[in-house]
Amino acid sequence: MGYTIAEKIIAKHVGHPVRAGELVVTSVDGVMATDTTAPLAIKAFKEMGGQKVFDPEKFALIIDHAAPSPNERIANLHKLMRDFAREQNSRLFEIGEGICHQVMVEEAYVKPGDIFIGADSHTPTYGALNAFACGVGSTDLAATMMTGKIWLKVPQTIRVICNGKLQEGVTAKDLILFLVGKITVSGATYKAIEFTGEAFEGLSLSSRMTIANMSSEMGAKAGIVNPTGLELDYPFEPIMADADAEYIKTYEFDVSGLEPQVSAPESPDNVHNISGYEGTKIDYAFIGTCCNGRLEDIDIAAKILKGRKIHPNVRMVIAPASKSVLLDAMKNGSMETLINAGASLITSGCGPCVGTHQGVPADGEVVISAANRNFRGRMGNPNSNIYLGAPSSVAAAALEGKIVNPKKYLV
Amino acid sequence: MPSSLKGKAHVYGDHIDTDRIIPGKYTKTLDLSTLANHVLEDLDPSFKDKVQQGDILIAGTNFGCGSSREQAPLALKQSGVALVIAEDFARIFFRNAINIGLPVLEIGKHSIPKNAEVEVDMKAGTVTDVTSGKTYAATKLPKIMMDILNEGGLVKYLKKHGNYSLENE
Repeated sequence: MGYTIAEKIIAKHVGHPVRAGELVVTSVDGVMATDTTAPLAIKAFKEMGGQKVFDPEKFALIIDHAAPSPNERIANLHKLMRDFAREQNSRLFEIGEGICHQVMVEEAYVKPGDIFIGADSHTPTYGALNAFACGVGSTDLAATMMTGKIWLKVPQTIRVICNGKLQEGVTAKDLILFLVGKITVSGATYKAIEFTGEAFEGLSLSSRMTIANMSSEMGAKAGIVNPTGLELDYPFEPIMADADAEYIKTYEFDVSGLEPQVSAPESPDNVHNISGYEGTKIDYAFIGTCCNGRLEDIDIAAKILKGRKIHPNVRMVIAPASKSVLLDAMKNGSMETLINAGASLITSGCGPCVGTHQGVPADGEVVISAANRNFRGRMGNPNSNIYLGAPSSVAAAALEGKIVNPKKYLV
Repeated sequence: MPSSLKGKAHVYGDHIDTDRIIPGKYTKTLDLSTLANHVLEDLDPSFKDKVQQGDILIAGTNFGCGSSREQAPLALKQSGVALVIAEDFARIFFRNAINIGLPVLEIGKHSIPKNAEVEVDMKAGTVTDVTSGKTYAATKLPKIMMDILNEGGLVKYLKKHGNYSLENE
């Protein structure tokens, strides 16, 4: 019997073959924490007796969840992170450098075949790179900072096969929303997911990151995209599942007829064809996050809004996923297009998505967001409602003041 | 960790996400009392006033889904919750709770009503709804998790052992 991608990556790290269900203590290739999780992790690290992190070059801190600091309390937590990074000779990514997951991939802190532990639930994003990446909390992270290791149960794997090519005007976000709707918010708890099939093969790295990112919305420990078709600017050895690998479950879909999707309040798996919600009035449109703040996301929004103005009753906020994304969007004109259309540009970071600052909705308002979560209160106000959609759907809604099918602007 | 617990149960439903346990806007702090002041704010604003030290929180499926914020179990623990029981948990919350020394038990489908009095035998892994007399068996934790819990959390475990041990697992 063969092995899944997760089993193969873990086996490579522990030095012997492993099967789902086995408990292992494994070495890791990288760890990171953000300003939500790092302060508690640093405190736990010191309380554990930690002095030096296991490898200063494999450890990074990122200030992204409340960047720049909205108040003195958070400013002091940021200072604590800066001081710790300096003390450890480790890299700290400053305000505006980017969202943790985007930065870790851009700066090659994580590579194909790696095991990466991040103190953020969207760490499975690196499965786009054919890596095994897991989200943990602060104390687990502190332990890994100290030991360079983590204990984990080798997960069972759910295989998700998507046949057919996505239609023009339908994006990776629509595909992953569709899958979250099918698999549900607890359908992959403790499991790894392998995304495989023709629909994923043509996807860019950015789109693959959108797919793997929302593995966490299904409860998964890791979500790994089959590396067929993955293009990186450095050589790598792809890790594929064996043909006779054992899966706990297999889903198979033909997605060639898939329509743009939305996730309605207030759970990411409340997913429907966008046609069911056309006409829903919106107040606020947001494009950004570790899910959909990359160049291709900004470009598709710019394509829709070029030479147009957003609806007078709507405000639109753009948070690029990183400084590098912002610079590229400035160079290619997309950012200018969006600002001319009426969008407001904020510092690269997570603020609006986690309800910290930089765009909290008012009571009774309706938001359409390119993010990955629409739980009640997620954006900072429990009396608002959040719809999740592709950046194309967010841009089209900003233009018309209501949810519409964006395909008419793209095809 | 006490070997048995008896307490009042606060019962909630399925898929309680970490944003509902502690909203993101309050997470950026090292002051645990701030967390307790806002615990379950968007789910049940009255919870923080009615919870007593030693009470038990009971939920349905997928408790603690969403963010990796350890502030979620910390807020519950700081508010006085001694134990969380659910049909099952989201994985990061489950690890976080054990790492900070907040016991968690998975008991599968249950019909424990609001305000029930619940008795828990941690050693036997049983949960009894005292009112109805019905007993539920909890899923056994792997030994490493029991060891971490018995030490009072991962900080104390690592302070003592210096590294992880899977011996006798």
